[in-house]
Amino acid sequence: MSAHGHSDDGHDFAHPMPIPVLLAVFVALTILTIITVAQSNFSFGGIDVIIVMVIATIKATLVAAFFMHLAYDKPFNQLLFVGSFVFVGLFVIFTIGDSQMTSGDFIPVDDAVPAVVESAPMAGAE
Amino acid sequence: MATTEASSETAHEDHGHDHDHPAFLAHHFDTPEQQFDSGKLGIWLFLVTEVLFFSGMFCAYAMFRALRPDVFEGCSQFLNTKLGAINTGVLLFSSLTMAWAVRCAQTEDHKTLTGMLAATLSCAMVFLGVKAIEYSHKWGMGLLPAGLFFYDPNNQHPTAEQLELIGFGSFGVSFLQNALFYICAPFAIGLIGVVIWLVVSLVNGRKFQVAVAKPLTVVFVFFFVGVGLGRILESGESHDSHDSHAVAHVDGHDAHQAGDHASDQHAGDAHAADSHSTDPPAGDHDSHGSPVEDGGELAVLERLAAEKTNTGLQDDLAARQRQSAVASGAIVHSDEITSTIETVPEEVLTPSRAGVFFSIYYCMTGVHAIHIIGGIIVLIWLLVRSVRQDFNRQYFGPVDYVGLYWHLVDLIWIYLFPLLYLIR
Repeated sequence: MSAHGHSDDGHDFAHPMPIPVLLAVFVALTILTIITVAQSNFSFGGIDVIIVMVIATIKATLVAAFFMHLAYDKPFNQLLFVGSFVFVGLFVIFTIGDSQMTSGDFIPVDDAVPAVVESAPMAGAE
Repeated sequence: MATTEASSETAHEDHGHDHDHPAFLAHHFDTPEQQFDSGKLGIWLFLVTEVLFFSGMFCAYAMFRALRPDVFEGCSQFLNTKLGAINTGVLLFSSLTMAWAVRCAQTEDHKTLTGMLAATLSCAMVFLGVKAIEYSHKWGMGLLPAGLFFYDPNNQHPTAEQLELIGFGSFGVSFLQNALFYICAPFAIGLIGVVIWLVVSLVNGRKFQVAVAKPLTVVFVFFFVGVGLGRILESGESHDSHDSHAVAHVDGHDAHQAGDHASDQHAGDAHAADSHSTDPPAGDHDSHGSPVEDGGELAVLERLAAEKTNTGLQDDLAARQRQSAVASGAIVHSDEITSTIETVPEEVLTPSRAGVFFSIYYCMTGVHAIHIIGGIIVLIWLLVRSVRQDFNRQYFGPVDYVGLYWHLVDLIWIYLFPLLYLIR
């Protein structure tokens, strides 16, 4: 630990982001938001979800890289954060694959309940 | 960080050895950089747990959407894209001000730092205000999670008696009908408290407390700015549904029926259509149904059928338009019959199916809103410290860590917005 004992004053570890970069990222994010809202008015068939997710991922990358300073961060921190998404991908892919193999539609349907409640007195009267 | 800071202060006061270090540097760190890097590793680890935590809900979303894409598409129509887009913009802007605040802490620009933190807080409040409008609007209509869902396209704003009939207690009814009031109450109390605090500290001449209470007052006011903004945007959207509601009542349909109104109405109107179709050949057109009246009726139907969920009325409208075409002498091919059992789209807006969508919706946006509230609390703490001028180019960690958390909350919303609001 004492190997790193350099003077506090001469060493600056802060990397302030230049204001133009911050503004440029914000403008880019706003434009991407407008694009993603606008594209929802057109139908692209089955690739709708993919387009939306690609735009969202570009936005997320911009936020992470510049607003979160991840582009200038330590490689270990980058590995941690990006690595978490690898595990999210594994989790989601395996779970969806499993749910599609085991059952079709497993939402319990209780829509008949109010009708039964309503018709019960009538059945009793008859 | 509070404990770190506190311990460093006490250590600074009574530590006996010749270890001269700044007050912000905890005793167990060699350099400010080491302290900063440790904290940064810690917050990144926390963010990783957050990502994994939210991934559970995204997984549930993906699973149910893969099972029933039609349910998600149908229910997404109830989410106001305008409000979602505004909230996305507000959150992106708050991310900008937060990143700017980190920069200000690093460059020791204390005044701008306080301003940027206040701006971030204000944006968070606007977000919650718009959210309050969205939630209260849906709760009043019965667009609730599975188990509580009672939305009925023909009776979108049930009365208190109808709600009690559905099975809500007296508090539940009052909560559903005055949801906006209940959501706003804590923020109103907070605003009143902050204003009282500001006035008292102004009277007593406590400069530091005034400097803290001033931006906080603005921040709490911005919640109600958000509510107003949401109201303006939502009112444009719900105008039609109010109208159709009124028309439905004029039409004389009993709103008390809890069953499927669409089919009832369909059957009832089918009778009306029968009488129309049988009478004109026997009698004269003018005495029975004048063309003007027919046109008006069709217009009413068209407006009712504009509600996408009113599939029964849509069928009825198609039948009537066909009928008026026949009446005016047009030749209609009989093989145009499309209402076979195979082609009838399955009802999406049933309590269990739509309820599942709204369960996921409330879970994801609700947990996200809880994170916003958590962020607000931590940002207020930062605001107090920035007024105290605690941060400098060697010690800006807390601002940076809270900033990272805030950006993650923004990042999650970046995915939530298109996945929930923009399904088509």
